[in-house]
Amino acid sequence: MTQLIAVHDVSKRFVLHKDKSLKERLVNFRTSRRHVDDFWALRDINLEIGLGTTVGLVGHNGSGKSTLLKVIGGILEPTTGTVARRGQLAALLELGAGFHPDLTGRENVYLNGSILGFSRAEIDRQFDAIVDFSGVESFIDTQVKFYSSGMYVRLAFAIAVHGDPDLLLVDEVLAVGDEPFQRKCMAKISQFQAEGRTIVLVSHSAEQVGSLCDRVVVLNAGQMIHDGSPSRGIQILREGYDAELRASHDDGAGHLDFAYEIVNVAPTTTIDDGRTRLVIDVDVDVNTPKVDWGLGLEVENTLGMALYQMTTFEHMTLPNSIGRHRVRIAVDDVPLGPGKYLFSVGVGSSNGENFDRRSPAGAFDIFGADHGNGVVRLTPQVSLVDAAAAAAD
Amino acid sequence: MSLTDSIEARARNVASQPLVVTNRRGGFLVGTAHSVRDIWAHRGLLYLLVRREIRSRYKNSTLGIVWSLARPLVQLGIYYFAIGHMLGARSSIPDFAIFVFIGITMWGLFADIVSGATTSLNANAGLVKKVYLPREIFPLSTAGSALFNFGVQLVVLLSAIAIWGSFAFDPRLLLAPLSVAVLLVFATALGVLFSAVNVYLRDTEHFVEIGLLLGFWFAPIVYSYSFVHKALDGNWIEQIFLSNPVTLAVIGMQRALWTGGSNQPWPPGLEFRLLVALLASVVLLWLTQRIFARLQGNFAQEM
Repeated sequence: MTQLIAVHDVSKRFVLHKDKSLKERLVNFRTSRRHVDDFWALRDINLEIGLGTTVGLVGHNGSGKSTLLKVIGGILEPTTGTVARRGQLAALLELGAGFHPDLTGRENVYLNGSILGFSRAEIDRQFDAIVDFSGVESFIDTQVKFYSSGMYVRLAFAIAVHGDPDLLLVDEVLAVGDEPFQRKCMAKISQFQAEGRTIVLVSHSAEQVGSLCDRVVVLNAGQMIHDGSPSRGIQILREGYDAELRASHDDGAGHLDFAYEIVNVAPTTTIDDGRTRLVIDVDVDVNTPKVDWGLGLEVENTLGMALYQMTTFEHMTLPNSIGRHRVRIAVDDVPLGPGKYLFSVGVGSSNGENFDRRSPAGAFDIFGADHGNGVVRLTPQVSLVDAAAAAAD
Repeated sequence: MSLTDSIEARARNVASQPLVVTNRRGGFLVGTAHSVRDIWAHRGLLYLLVRREIRSRYKNSTLGIVWSLARPLVQLGIYYFAIGHMLGARSSIPDFAIFVFIGITMWGLFADIVSGATTSLNANAGLVKKVYLPREIFPLSTAGSALFNFGVQLVVLLSAIAIWGSFAFDPRLLLAPLSVAVLLVFATALGVLFSAVNVYLRDTEHFVEIGLLLGFWFAPIVYSYSFVHKALDGNWIEQIFLSNPVTLAVIGMQRALWTGGSNQPWPPGLEFRLLVALLASVVLLWLTQRIFARLQGNFAQEM
């Protein structure tokens, strides 16, 4: 595969000055060392990205994923290490970053396009397509300060995706506009992928990463903790959230102060006559009873796409006494197509408070399908209908 | 062309390009060549940014471009009456109005570039933080729009000279473009430096403001060189006074366009001094650009 980006041993240190003005620096001259905070936003990152791949950068807030994207894009310079790159680059880090409110939509298309590195001839050629894609035809000669925020980002997105980049950097900007427009965006991204361009995107949405990326890089506190398959990456990310939740409840002596705590989750699947029966037993410790509690279950595929959600509130009220309770959720016939599925469980109150969660809490497999492929399992009946006879009826 | 063909064409095209390390500045000379190439590749954007500044400044104002004349004309009025009439400078400086307007126009170009460039990076923080561009184009675009304003004022100045004064059609006129070049390069050099420093130290823009207020009086704009020469008689202080590129550029412009002052004393070897100043300014611009390149790596995080 043709290599497009080579990130080699990149580290990035941020120095935070608490005092910005000359006066403050002079006043604090002796103590100024103490007024400097630094931390490593990236630590020894090695990454090679080839042409035609879509890479997702995921991680918790502050894990350094946006910083890495900016370093790749040349907006930030790494403290140590090198970034090598080739091909035409377009960065979609903020929609409409270069828009000037006093200029008309038309003028901004040219300005923004040229900021993104398009030549004038290219914009001339694409102008109608851009305006058409954005759907703001009737306002194109209006100053953009009179645009609604939706029109603003739609025009900005339209400009960004009408170039001819080999590499597109995207930071959390795919969820713009109304639903039809989002579909258009996703179609455009798929088209980009089909055309063999490289996309590097930062996203918080596991579903988006799962459906778009063929490689996921997980960052944690500036370090790369996973580089490879999306499903594993999303799993690691989820586990990280859980670990964080647990750490926040840790009182330091190894004792967790959960009001309700999930102690054990035991799934069993039995296959009987081609039907998969799924039983999930969840043990919950009630430590300090609140108003009420219930159990929630979510089933998703390995790419993070949510398939089913339920809570026990719809079925019964669980006993609110101190002690251990076992809740069993059983599904007689899981109507899913063959494949691996993940499920998460959570404990919460009926007014939305969350006490504890495990995601993923476990996985189960569905084997064999006699009728076709897909996420859901249907049992279609196929028969021949005599059209002439049917019409005569 | 089918899809697979275009994918292959893309792969071939990318494979034919070398992997370029983006964060290696290179030595002094290589780095300069790289920066210049980068800016040249973005000249279309530079043009659009200059246009944006000019258009957005006067958008929604009824008088539009006329406003860029209001300030220098009011200044002219003030100095004409306060210094020309009340302090009596008019008696020793022929064509006083034209003399002052030449100085104001030149100083306006210098001050516009320096003060505009100083704040240019912070004013475009949104772009600096989100898109990679050679960041020099922001101070350069303020230089461009200042040059445009200067052009408008120059048209008025030349019309005024044509109506109330006269042109001396001799080689002296060549001093005018040379003077503008000195001023432009020198101001851009300072602007490039201050814009980068201002990202780290916001006091810079206030310091520059005060500096410009003071600097105005160090150049022979409302007083003529003859006053200085009379008082200092060519001693070392006068040599320092004359080593200021702004002073030289203003005097050079006056020498070219102020026909009424032909018989006034002029600094010896003015042409030579201007050429040296131009060379020094180019070197200064080169140095400040290297400092800028050094500082720009952390712009996005310091804003």
